[in-house]
Amino acid sequence: MSDYRIQGATGDWEVVIGLEIHAQVTSNAKLFSGASTEFGAEPNSQVSLVDAAMPGMLPTINGECVRQAVRTGLAIGAEINKYSVFDRKNYFYADLPQGYQISQFKHPIVGHGTVTVDLESGGTKEIGVERIHLEQDAGKSMHDQHPQYTYVDLNRSGVALMEIVSDPDMRSPEEAGAYVTKIRTILRYIGSCDGNMEQGSMRADVNVSVRRVGDPLGTRCEIKNVNSVRFVRQAVEIEARRQVDIIEDGGTIDQETRLFDPVKAETRSMRSKEEAHDYRYFPDPDLLPLEFDDAFIEAARDSLPELPDAKKARFMEALGLNDYNASVLVAEQVSAAYFETLVTAVAKATGKSEADVAVKASNWLTCDLFGALNKAGISITETPVSAEQGAGLLALIEDGTISGRIAKDVFEIMFETGKDAADIVEEKGLKQVSDTGAIDAIIDEIIAANPGQLAQYRAGKDKLIGFFVGQVMKATQGQANPGVVNKLLKPKLDG
Amino acid sequence: MTDLTKMKIAEARDLMKAGELSSRELTEAHIAAVDAADSLNAYIVKTPEIALANADAADKKIKAGNQKGMTGIPVGIKDLFATKGVHTQACSHILDGFKPEYESTVTQNLWNDGAVMLGKLNMDEFAMGSSNETSYYGPVKNPWRATGSNNDFVPGGSSGGSVASVSGYAAMGATASDTGGSIRQPASFTGTFGMKPTYGRCSRYGMVAFASSLDQAGTITRDVRDGAIMLEAMAGFDPKDSTSVDIAVPNFEAALTGDIRGMKIGIPQEYHLAGMPGEIEALWHQGIEWMKAAGAEVVDINLPHTKYALPAYYIIAPAEASSNLARYDGVKYGLRDAPNGGNLDDMYYTTRASGFGDEVKRRIMIGTYVLSAGYYDAYYLKAQKVRQLIADDFKRAFEKVDAILTPTAPSAAFAFGEKSDDPLAMYLNDVFTVPASLAGLPGSSVPAGLSADGLPLGLQVLANAWDEETVLKISGVIEQAAAFSATPSEWWR
Repeated sequence: MSDYRIQGATGDWEVVIGLEIHAQVTSNAKLFSGASTEFGAEPNSQVSLVDAAMPGMLPTINGECVRQAVRTGLAIGAEINKYSVFDRKNYFYADLPQGYQISQFKHPIVGHGTVTVDLESGGTKEIGVERIHLEQDAGKSMHDQHPQYTYVDLNRSGVALMEIVSDPDMRSPEEAGAYVTKIRTILRYIGSCDGNMEQGSMRADVNVSVRRVGDPLGTRCEIKNVNSVRFVRQAVEIEARRQVDIIEDGGTIDQETRLFDPVKAETRSMRSKEEAHDYRYFPDPDLLPLEFDDAFIEAARDSLPELPDAKKARFMEALGLNDYNASVLVAEQVSAAYFETLVTAVAKATGKSEADVAVKASNWLTCDLFGALNKAGISITETPVSAEQGAGLLALIEDGTISGRIAKDVFEIMFETGKDAADIVEEKGLKQVSDTGAIDAIIDEIIAANPGQLAQYRAGKDKLIGFFVGQVMKATQGQANPGVVNKLLKPKLDG
Repeated sequence: MTDLTKMKIAEARDLMKAGELSSRELTEAHIAAVDAADSLNAYIVKTPEIALANADAADKKIKAGNQKGMTGIPVGIKDLFATKGVHTQACSHILDGFKPEYESTVTQNLWNDGAVMLGKLNMDEFAMGSSNETSYYGPVKNPWRATGSNNDFVPGGSSGGSVASVSGYAAMGATASDTGGSIRQPASFTGTFGMKPTYGRCSRYGMVAFASSLDQAGTITRDVRDGAIMLEAMAGFDPKDSTSVDIAVPNFEAALTGDIRGMKIGIPQEYHLAGMPGEIEALWHQGIEWMKAAGAEVVDINLPHTKYALPAYYIIAPAEASSNLARYDGVKYGLRDAPNGGNLDDMYYTTRASGFGDEVKRRIMIGTYVLSAGYYDAYYLKAQKVRQLIADDFKRAFEKVDAILTPTAPSAAFAFGEKSDDPLAMYLNDVFTVPASLAGLPGSSVPAGLSADGLPLGLQVLANAWDEETVLKISGVIEQAAAFSATPSEWWR
């Protein structure tokens, strides 16, 4: 249970949130035509006769989009409907060439499923997914190109979308944000959507209502087309606050569609319930019901990679990672892949088991590499230090060639130059000195040069051992193996 | 000299094969006949240059030994089939100036066979009508007149231009489309053979849609054999139409054996309408006698849900039409009527108000109504259930019989204006044709006799899905028995 509450003048309010996520299906062609779906092409350069709704043109289903929807359903453990129906959703708009959107209304391709989201508190929460259905995207109206005219770009018209409809299970902006993040992670893992919200290939309609804890659901408002996780969280917070203020002022909430304005930090009415369209859904007579068999579903299942929840569990159970590190690493498939390559390479280089090296590797990755990437403002896909190179560095620490302290310096150089750790250590002469003979000689010199400190130590000031260690490290420019130094120094000081 | 325009497709084909006739000669004669038939208003666009080019290509093809069924045969194309670069407007004002960048599959199949295009044929606007009076390009006149009269009659609809061109010797055959009877009823009114195949037999790709679950392309020809030849050329599976079915197209002409001995012909008792003209009943009875004489067994059958067919059709077809016609909005092509200072909605209102005719508007409004929230279950959903019951009626019937024989229409051709103010009276024209359309079954109308006024009357033959061969076989027997030799008086020439 979330304890997130909107504090009103008359008491606390609970927020109820449901999300409809529109995710563009990764496929080379549109849902019902052969036109390309590449982002950023010249306006109206990727429009087939079907997309432009030329008279007599007919839709034909793109099997790849069906497969991707089924894979997505399987990835959230949902029921897959072997029989589904495409319906027409009728409304007029300039960027909707057919005058209807082909969607799925009564019989969606994917039924109920569940997503487990990670919360900042460290806990998790199950969010229900009511359904996933396939539908066409509309084109794009451009109102700012000409003083009198609106221009229409149909490149997006007919592109396949999955509409992922959640149950009203979220109770805080954080949960809503975590849900969007988790859905995006899953879609990216299985490759059914690239999840790029800034390019519009994933966007969310956010349904928000408020109520007293324990009361029935309040009237909801739908905030359309929110296009980042941060905006989802902000929109929930701002809309919930708006609703609480209205109710506490004695007003009632009108069910309506609203827009979120992140600049003004407000939501605005788009159209009221009275202005809402009557979409006149009916089965599209141009398309037969969509039917497939168990073999199709099983082939889709076999094509799924290890999913983030399973991966996280494996990282924790088999490799001993803590919850935080495991969560961070599985959040992006590319991070997880980096980690797995890293661990395998370190284990191989050191002859140790993966479980023995994994924790250190995860710490280095989440702290050192991610820290450096963050600072440089680049993503892991652009990292100048490959997983193999990272493993080279960790192996040098593991076998005692360099100290953890020196490793930090070496890593900095690696990050700047892209060079291998071993080459840098060699070039700069940074090898840790573990040769007891050499260290012995230095210790003897230091003890001889500091008779006063020696006397104090022997008089009972034990802490002075730190002084001697420091002097030895200084004399060896940090390359002496601290373990070896301690081991040799103590008997000599004790006499 | 023989009038080449009165020749049948089969005859011309055989003469061209024998080298005794060229497509060029045949086509030139038909180009002249098209001009001579201007007063029928069957053609709204003539394409003589294309026709001659097609003809020359066909002659080469024949010389090279590659003749097919329709090679070199001049035909007219109903205006709802997309013809690349040529006027395709479904006879609606709203598609003003529209010339598609693409070809319909049905016409492409004809051109692949080597057929010759004479032009685009008049029709009821978006195929909505039973008299060809709703065309933006004006009504088509029936080449037939009542005995001793100079009054004009409607040719039926919606394929009015198709039947008038074929019956008026201005095409050897014509493409047509049937949603609720638009091939069979006008064929009956003009003494032509109309053939509507099973839904899914011909591709709908490139056919301007009226009601997608019902629209099906077919043929108008002067006899049954010509219909078989032409349909075979047009039909076939098309991956571009999801409702097209991947079933091999048989040799339809080979079905015309004339032998129906032992076949069972069903006579649906529900088609005996109260108040139906006696001459229609008499014609039907005559048809039954012909069947018996040819050795078939005639049995009474019941199609109990027949009376609900027309109401169900006039819910389903307008529902689909209201959605199919939403794309005509002034944004992309065709007519745009945007008032100065108006917004997008104003453009929709004025474009659609001036672009659509009354009958089309009526059906868009009916269709919008029956799909609306709160009415969907009571109208659209119930009509779909009725449609299933009607299909089940036929299914049961075809367990007992091979074919069904009925009149095509409840009357002969009527006068202009006689029914255009009374939509219900107009809709009743389709009472015998609509049930088979709802069930997606193949059917024909064969010229079988004349009314007391000397106007043609047709008999309808229906068979089970994918059994066009039985429809054609029985149609051929009726044609033989009827020996229908009456012709219009050629007043228009």
